[in-house]
Amino acid sequence: MIIAERKPINEIVAMVRDAERILVLGCRGCVSVCSAGGEREVELLCSLIRLGKKQAGQQVQVEGATLVRQCDKEYVDEIDRWQGQYDAIVSMACGVGVNFIANLRPADKVYPAVNTSFFGGSALQGEWSEQCAGCGDCVLHLTGGLCPVARCAKSLMNGPCGGSVDGRCEIHREIPCIWQAIHDRLSRFEQKAELDRVAPIRDWRPAGHGGPRKAVRNDLTI
Amino acid sequence: MAFTPDIQVFCCHYTSQQACAEGKEGLAADGFPVNATINRLACGGKLKVSVLLQAFENGADGVCVVGCKPDECHNLMGSQRAARRVGAVRKALAELGAEEARIAFHHLERGFHPEFVQVVQELNDQVTKLGPSPFKGDKS
Repeated sequence: MIIAERKPINEIVAMVRDAERILVLGCRGCVSVCSAGGEREVELLCSLIRLGKKQAGQQVQVEGATLVRQCDKEYVDEIDRWQGQYDAIVSMACGVGVNFIANLRPADKVYPAVNTSFFGGSALQGEWSEQCAGCGDCVLHLTGGLCPVARCAKSLMNGPCGGSVDGRCEIHREIPCIWQAIHDRLSRFEQKAELDRVAPIRDWRPAGHGGPRKAVRNDLTI
Repeated sequence: MAFTPDIQVFCCHYTSQQACAEGKEGLAADGFPVNATINRLACGGKLKVSVLLQAFENGADGVCVVGCKPDECHNLMGSQRAARRVGAVRKALAELGAEEARIAFHHLERGFHPEFVQVVQELNDQVTKLGPSPFKGDKS
């Protein structure tokens, strides 16, 4: 899922300093699962904005709502329900949601309440770690299902850097060296020979270095 | 003019047993601040961050949360969860530029003990020194 973290409240209050009626909009998708922008977080942010505005001696009316998703037009259209009732929308969705609202509501001011951080998962309650870089050219079939692009601090494609000590990354000691883990895993399956294959120079265009990416499925378009 | 803070106390069923048995007058006789209001919960684990923020929105100058000892919670993790939520509110207060000392958490023994009165007295004194909550708007 997409992992996000709420921005500092002062940053958010500063964004909406001129707004007197604010709609805080959560998303029941990824940000709800990672506790950054679901219903509960909307309730908290509404409260924090009210407190921040009160402290600044400003009047404010803050309403909270949560959409099923903010990355689909049909759900973003539900904003019509609050038409004329807000000066600004504070979106707690990932950056996709903020962009979608900006695309679909040209006359509305929309501000991000979270920093969209990475694609990750949660193995321990309250902790999320990056697992995928969304690079558009997956090599997981060659690396035992473990991603060197996202999980190697240097995104190396042909084995560890030499700084790996006791199976730990030299950049971040708290995380495992993913190349050590790849080696161990392929050895377990007797597929270590896969590591002899030299990965060619990588084409990073599918990773977004060639501009915004787009996926089209003709079987689904109308 | 002397400032009398609005103190909201949140405590679980177990840590508030004696408070309930003694009643308001009995507690006052023990020295419990008369300007402190007890909000009783089934368990500290029930306490939400939004409820604590709401207390400040509603005009509290200080908030005191009391839960069982970490290893004595009737619901195992309730008081530890409450402590973490108080930590989240403390962080939010700091982010807003308000004094973190306006909220306190204490793990206390169940039943009657003078510490229950004492910790609320301490917060009361502390908040009286800090003055009115910056979220009151009118600064009164």
